[in-house]
Amino acid sequence: MQIYINGEQKQVSDNLIMSDLIEMLELTGQRIAVEINEELVPRSTFSSHQLSEGDQVEIVNAIGGG
Amino acid sequence: MSNLTNDTLTIAGKTYSSRLLVGTGKYKDMQETRQAIETSGAEIITIAVRRTNMGQNADEPNILDILPPDRYTILPNTAGCYDAKTAVRTCKLARELLDGHNLVKLEVLGDEKTLFPDVIQTLSAAEELIKDGFDIMVYTNDDPIIARELEQMGCVAVMPLAAPIGSGLGIRNKLNIMTIVENAKVPIIVDAGVGTASDAAVAMELGCDGVLMNTAIAAAQQPVLMASAMRKAIEAGREAFLAGRMPAKRFASASSPIDGLFF
Repeated sequence: MQIYINGEQKQVSDNLIMSDLIEMLELTGQRIAVEINEELVPRSTFSSHQLSEGDQVEIVNAIGGG
Repeated sequence: MSNLTNDTLTIAGKTYSSRLLVGTGKYKDMQETRQAIETSGAEIITIAVRRTNMGQNADEPNILDILPPDRYTILPNTAGCYDAKTAVRTCKLARELLDGHNLVKLEVLGDEKTLFPDVIQTLSAAEELIKDGFDIMVYTNDDPIIARELEQMGCVAVMPLAAPIGSGLGIRNKLNIMTIVENAKVPIIVDAGVGTASDAAVAMELGCDGVLMNTAIAAAQQPVLMASAMRKAIEAGREAFLAGRMPAKRFASASSPIDGLFF
């Protein structure tokens, strides 16, 4: 299925679990936060959250700012 | 006698000895960021929330490794948000990033040229975030009526601009800042517009509880040296405020006595 990660289209396997996506992206253990379709997905639910076709995934982290 | 050893700033129940709050943007590299922030003595530092860079720069240090949350109070901002909805989403992501830490700097911008706040959107975002349990330090304009409203809503600090963000123009409307300070029971922190040390001292002499700055330090020729200057300016301005300045007079008043003149 197709999903969007930080605005970029990506082909992933159907019924992918959030924690597997994080692992695929080599972000395991990183200090990140995720929202899907503008709703926060807590880290504690990554292992059970199943992605759906067309999901808009935003993965963010802290950077310098004023 | 008042002195700085027992003069502290309390925000959302936490007490700080430094009244200088600093941003972490616009530095040359992480090393300069860390040095400038350490030198400034700031205990509250702002960060921004942005998309993670996939694949590239995997070894690049994270700002939170350089400035760890167990040492600093991290204040995530909503810079770049032009409506209440994106500001609220940003705050929720920030809280998740910082393991439930709910202190945020709310700024909802109205215009790219001025970066002035969109007050209507700011009020709406503040209301929603407060309901959701956030402690809000809110960037606003130097309007005493709006500052009072934001305080009444439950913001933990009100942060009027001194001049446009990144402009370095100094305190453009001292009288409004004074009025905001006089009306307030929550900390008033000048946020944005400071250009050099004297501007920071002026803000503190007006009775502000603190100053938040980024560009004034980061865009100096020597940021680490400017961070040191700002630390001293904040302390000097605060001491002058506590000391209570002499009244200004139009004409001279001799400092040496007239009595005992021998001619």
